[in-house]
Amino acid sequence: MLTFIVRRLAYSIPVIIIASALVFGFTRATTDPLARLAQSRDAAELLPRERHRLGLDKPLVTQYTRWAKDFVRGDWGQSFISRRDVKSEIRDKLGNTVQLIFWGILFSASIAIAVGVYSAARQYSALDYTFTGLSFLGLSMPVFWFALMAIQFLIYEPTVLFHLKQPIFLSVGLHSANDHSLVDYLRHLTLPVLTLSVQLVAGWSRYQRSSMLDVMSSDYIRTAKAKGVTRRKVLLKHGLRNALIPLTTVMAIDIGALFGGLIITEHIFAWPGMGRLFFDALLSGDTNMVLPWLMVTAVFIIGFNLLADVLYGVLDPRIRLS
Amino acid sequence: MAIRNTEELSGRSAAAVASGAIADLGDHHDPTTDFQLPPGSEPEARSQWQLFWRRFFRHKVAVAAGLVLIALYLAVIFAPQIAPYELNPRLDAATLLQARHGPSGKHWMGTDELGRDQMTRILFAGRISLMIGLIVALVSTALGTAVGALAGFYGKWVDQMLMRVTDLFLVVPGLAVLMMAQKGLAGKQILGHRFSSQGLIILILSFLYWQYIARVVRGVFLSLKEREFVEAARASGASSFRIITRHMLPNTIGPIAVNTTLVVGLAILTESTLSFLGFGVQPPTVSWGNMLAQSEGAVGTPQAYLVYFPGLAILLTVLAVNFLGDGMRDAFDPQSHH
Repeated sequence: MLTFIVRRLAYSIPVIIIASALVFGFTRATTDPLARLAQSRDAAELLPRERHRLGLDKPLVTQYTRWAKDFVRGDWGQSFISRRDVKSEIRDKLGNTVQLIFWGILFSASIAIAVGVYSAARQYSALDYTFTGLSFLGLSMPVFWFALMAIQFLIYEPTVLFHLKQPIFLSVGLHSANDHSLVDYLRHLTLPVLTLSVQLVAGWSRYQRSSMLDVMSSDYIRTAKAKGVTRRKVLLKHGLRNALIPLTTVMAIDIGALFGGLIITEHIFAWPGMGRLFFDALLSGDTNMVLPWLMVTAVFIIGFNLLADVLYGVLDPRIRLS
Repeated sequence: MAIRNTEELSGRSAAAVASGAIADLGDHHDPTTDFQLPPGSEPEARSQWQLFWRRFFRHKVAVAAGLVLIALYLAVIFAPQIAPYELNPRLDAATLLQARHGPSGKHWMGTDELGRDQMTRILFAGRISLMIGLIVALVSTALGTAVGALAGFYGKWVDQMLMRVTDLFLVVPGLAVLMMAQKGLAGKQILGHRFSSQGLIILILSFLYWQYIARVVRGVFLSLKEREFVEAARASGASSFRIITRHMLPNTIGPIAVNTTLVVGLAILTESTLSFLGFGVQPPTVSWGNMLAQSEGAVGTPQAYLVYFPGLAILLTVLAVNFLGDGMRDAFDPQSHH
């Protein structure tokens, strides 16, 4: 087992190094750290000096090694715009995004597993077809439009309809300015979590259904049934426990992707997290922020892919042998 | 997240198709025996395509989805003929007096803040969105099939290259990279050609999705390579080119067709997301995504209908594409059905 983990770990190191070089080259190719200065009055004099100061006149490889050394050492530079330390900025924003991811996964996983188990247990029932239809709807849904519709129908319409003094849910930010209570937090949290869960629930429930169907047709389930184990116990103890293994790995991969993927949700709900940080940095040409951001999200994606592999090996002993 | 996630989901199902029993399709050697049956009692021979259509037409939802898609494409192709109003009417007093009118008999989907008919705009925006979906799917299929076939057939370094390059694309946050590419390349010359915003998005999305098709085709080719009919073709002296194009590719039609269809949906979703965020199709060209960007502020006002219809158009299109793809998958590969 240990060799399996070590081997997988060793494989992801070159992946991270190559990815970092590509991310660096790509960022240099698509964003210009000096774009803001180009419009200034004394650009002719300023540009060469700044280019030299930032080392942009050196060959790309030198620039990369210099940047990589600083990055590993923990010196990520400052934001062009806010002048804040990039590392502490990303750390703060990461915390806020992790809150969304945590609640989103909790919500999505519980619904998806329940739906998946039900659909597999009552395959081709009316409710199974309904869930299938809903999951197609979820997978075809433009996430940003769902968010706008959620604001319209969960905030504005009920307020008008029931003559509420203030809406049930809130759609801007993490907290109200003068209210840090749990209730206020939950009112802010509900809509973003709902938004990011649409595709997760749709995808995971389909996945859980088919893995459950796979397991339920295996020999040991038939043996359990033949021994006279109750239907409920077969389903939950013998079936569900094994059917969760593939879902766990899929979830790990999707969670990794969430670290860089909440751009739309955080943009619409003004959630001060990683996605919004990237959006603002890209719009304002803050290259110093964009580059470490890409690196951090790539590391999360690689890390969770690794976790998925390892989890699979731990949970399913058959994998380790091959 | 949207994109990455859908991509992965359909990627999984694609893999399921690839590994399935699709391989028999299009394999024309029919091992019917030589003995004679009494006249009138021959079983009617059906080609693989006939079988495909029979299974497909049994799938009512997929047939309906196909019809919806055809209707949508016809509607946007003939948009100039069927649109009730002009796309960009002269902004005179008469037009402006029509501003912010809710859906009515005169304007089925209402009018925007300049008095422009919303349905007309949706039809014309659909031209852009549906065209982008189709072209991206065709370009990435052509490229992906070529690379995937070579990688699967020759293996070795071609295969290693393909797998490592596509692995790298899996570890970067997709939407963020697309936004950067879109922003960095906008207005620049690429290969001596200046692309319009919709041209650029076609280029960038094709560059993303060809890998997905390539991995599917590679998977099918790897399994086909070991099959007897390929061995037989090689033994009888067929060239590699002939084996690939005449024997293996026809057997890959199923997975390719299914995934091309799904890419149409993915591309439309991604394009609308990018355009909504301001990194896609730029005004004055209208797409469903940038219509929503413009009317985002109407949420929570009496003009909220401006947000409903473009979103419903995207949802309807992508839903139809996904149902169609699902039906095609079942029809090509009945055993995959749960």
